[in-house]
Amino acid sequence: MDTSELIVTLVGLGLIAFVLWYFFFSTHQTVSAVSSATGVQQVDITVQGGYSPAVIEVEKGKPVQLHFHRNEEASCSEEVLFPDFGIRRELPAFQTTLVELLPQQAGRFEFTCGMGMLRGSLVVK
Amino acid sequence: MNQQDVVCGMMVDASSAAHRSHFNDKEYVFCSANCQHKFEADPTQYLEAELVTTGGTVAARLGQSGVAAAVLPPVVPVPVATALATLDIEGMTCASCASFVEKSLSRTPGVHKALVNYATERATVEYLPGQATPETLREAVVKAGYGVAAPAAPDTSAADRQAELDQQKALAYQKLKRRLWVAVGLAAVVMLLSMVMLWPALSARINMQALNYVLLGLTLPVLLYSGREFYTSAWNAFRHRAANMDTLIAVGTGAAFLYSLAATVAPHLFMQHGLMPEVYYDTTATIIALILMGKVLELRAKTQTSAAIKSLMGLQAKTARVVHGEQEIDLPIEQVRPGDVVVVRPGEKVATDGIVVLGHSAVDEAMLTGESLPVAKNVGDPVYGATLNKTGSFRFRVTKVGAETMLSQIVKLVEDAQGSRAPIQRLADKVSAVFVPTVVCIAILTFVLWFDLAPEATRFPLALVNFVAVLIIACPCALGLATPTAIMVSTGKGAENGVLIRNAEALEKAHQVTTILLDKTGTITRGEPTVTDFIVAPGQTPSQVLQTVAAVERQSEHPLAEAVVRYAEAHQVPSVPAQEFRAVEGRGASALVAGERVLIGNQRLLTEASVELPAQLTEQASELLGQAKTVLFVVIGGQGVALIGVADTVRDTSAAAIRRLQAMGLEVVMMTGDNPQTAEKIAQQVGIKRFFAEVLPQDKAGKVQELQTEGRVVAMVGDGINDAPALARADIGLAMGGGTDVAMEAAGITLMRSDLQGVVTAIDLSKQTIRTIRQNLFFAFIYNVLGIPIAAGVLYPVLGISLSPMLAAGAMALSSVSVLTNSLRLRSFRGAAA
Repeated sequence: MDTSELIVTLVGLGLIAFVLWYFFFSTHQTVSAVSSATGVQQVDITVQGGYSPAVIEVEKGKPVQLHFHRNEEASCSEEVLFPDFGIRRELPAFQTTLVELLPQQAGRFEFTCGMGMLRGSLVVK
Repeated sequence: MNQQDVVCGMMVDASSAAHRSHFNDKEYVFCSANCQHKFEADPTQYLEAELVTTGGTVAARLGQSGVAAAVLPPVVPVPVATALATLDIEGMTCASCASFVEKSLSRTPGVHKALVNYATERATVEYLPGQATPETLREAVVKAGYGVAAPAAPDTSAADRQAELDQQKALAYQKLKRRLWVAVGLAAVVMLLSMVMLWPALSARINMQALNYVLLGLTLPVLLYSGREFYTSAWNAFRHRAANMDTLIAVGTGAAFLYSLAATVAPHLFMQHGLMPEVYYDTTATIIALILMGKVLELRAKTQTSAAIKSLMGLQAKTARVVHGEQEIDLPIEQVRPGDVVVVRPGEKVATDGIVVLGHSAVDEAMLTGESLPVAKNVGDPVYGATLNKTGSFRFRVTKVGAETMLSQIVKLVEDAQGSRAPIQRLADKVSAVFVPTVVCIAILTFVLWFDLAPEATRFPLALVNFVAVLIIACPCALGLATPTAIMVSTGKGAENGVLIRNAEALEKAHQVTTILLDKTGTITRGEPTVTDFIVAPGQTPSQVLQTVAAVERQSEHPLAEAVVRYAEAHQVPSVPAQEFRAVEGRGASALVAGERVLIGNQRLLTEASVELPAQLTEQASELLGQAKTVLFVVIGGQGVALIGVADTVRDTSAAAIRRLQAMGLEVVMMTGDNPQTAEKIAQQVGIKRFFAEVLPQDKAGKVQELQTEGRVVAMVGDGINDAPALARADIGLAMGGGTDVAMEAAGITLMRSDLQGVVTAIDLSKQTIRTIRQNLFFAFIYNVLGIPIAAGVLYPVLGISLSPMLAAGAMALSSVSVLTNSLRLRSFRGAAA
């Protein structure tokens, strides 16, 4: 094995380690819902290659309004799915789409893009 | 000590109140911070009101609002209709706030009536359009210190929203096509020029360095215009620690392009290391062109998956002809309110849901129920929006509008179902969550292995080409599209055939069913009594007797009487008047027809009137009773003249449907409250071998369980009346005939048509859908499982085959399109014929 082979091997393995860590073992930012005077919990979420914030904390038993603003045209994010709530909503590009739901049970509920690659979760407390 | 909150009128404990405010040396307490803020913003507004009601209770204040309303100029009853507005009120913190808003609205000129519901935070206002407008109503609410929420986006009609979405999609599609053509055009030129290098005679005369720059110039627009979205999308996802399809394309083409760029700009660096400065511009441009082509095809196919629901939405009528006094006015459908009377002429669409109040006709309800034959509509019958009036003209009173109509509910149900996740998809979901990063790792590994193992002269280009091929061939889209597209098509197809599927799980469950349990009444049978026998004594004219009987029964509201009237109408006997109608509790009815006393009822009525029947009728009566039919006796002028046999009859289609279910390998079991003899007769009639007789309503769920403990997967079919627990208990519940709301909640599948053929359709659709999903998933998995290793070059050591990245791009573009096309095959599904 010559030097360049050694370098390529080490760099390659390093990159693999980085990819695995970066996509699977790093943390997401959390945002708690803001309750308005009417008792509706509202959160603004920007959709651009992912959801920011990606982890949303809400209280159970109170209606939740999620305002998804899709800030891109890339087709990957054109749908948002809340499988546990039976919600599929199309998100038109550069518009805000309202998703309303009423969490009755505490727990962690995932929401994803149409193909399950972009992920976020709704943490109900 | 209790003190009144001057804003909302609620009594607050002054000693412990948390919200206080001082004004003119006096302390005021409030029920909430909200009331406090309102007071502080304009104390005088509330103190004036307080003067009027000093020491008053909430009730007194409410009374005062009544006084205020009375001061309004009396509303002259003009033939102008009032309009109805609903406002979403914001900021109400207690029930008293609601009455405050209500008062403020009632005082607004032009307002007839205002109702505020605290629980729903909604005000319903009836007003005169000329004198008040939604804007003045809004101002009244704001003046009272509350807000009006802007109508939420979903309040616009579904059709409008859809139209807007469609338009946007059409634009996106056009843009995508433009990007494709630019890519295709330039890639073709790049390809041709690259081939020049393979022609020694020509390549010797051309300056390779210059050619590379030309190729670079041609490839750049492909990257920056056609392929830009891949890079921005990949970058955006990367920042979110997410990776998607675009990540693979961006990394793959990016690597090929950057290598080529380096070889173009600094070829000497390559030479120094003994490498040929090869360029891969053709690969880069072609990959982008091919993937865009895949996307265009995919988008085109995707719009077709939701075609069924779109056509359902498009059925909504745009206008309605509303009766206003003597006039008929065409109004936009949004302005039609419950209570309005709408005229429908032959060939017109019924505007919304209602009850026929005048006229009769036949209405084609196929779009809602899948029933191909027009349905007769008479006064009192319900009609549904979007159905098509055929022959007659009629008027109906509107009962439901907007989101509450049958059509809207069907659309909503289908939309919800399309958004649901099928359990079968779980594996694919798990795979797609880790797919892209895993493929990136495999690609890096491929690069390293080729670099380490290939001959030194070619190791770098080989490593690069295979690295790119692995990234490009991997297609998570096929996996992601496999299940949802099939579910989209089949739920839409189901709705077209009058089969409403609650969610993907119900669809999946239905194909596993081994046993169908039918609740006899309302499914196998019509669930309503029908006259089966009409026997007259010797010497009587049947039509004459029937005419007299119908005259009496028309006045009765008993279900048996209705059956007799329907029978008479079917035989078109003339209508004659009856006087002195009297219902005899538990026995029957009597009336005077053409001067003669007519009695219709059961044996007891006969006995009590001491009427003797002719021997022949007595004999036939016991025969009818033996067939488990209900017998009505007809007495005219003190003489027994006829018998009417009434029974719940088997639907014409039941036997055929049950045969088809059995032919599908399902066991059909019946349950009924009837005695075993009757149950057996019906079972025989429709070809059912196993049945449960004398089942009490509360035991129905138990029977479902009994079958389940035998290891069967049970589908329960009921009409939704008192069988909701059984429907819920079953592995899958099918509610029939539109069902009641409760049944629709409990049932996984709702059959719009009162016909067992719907069960056949539902099971058939489920089987076909699951088969399609399995094919899709198999294809998507096998494609990736085989494609990735081949692209990585596992066949190279054995067969000397390695995959060009361009071929990989072609394969990937086709893979998701094939999955979609397979799902679209479900569009040719046809329900069981009626």
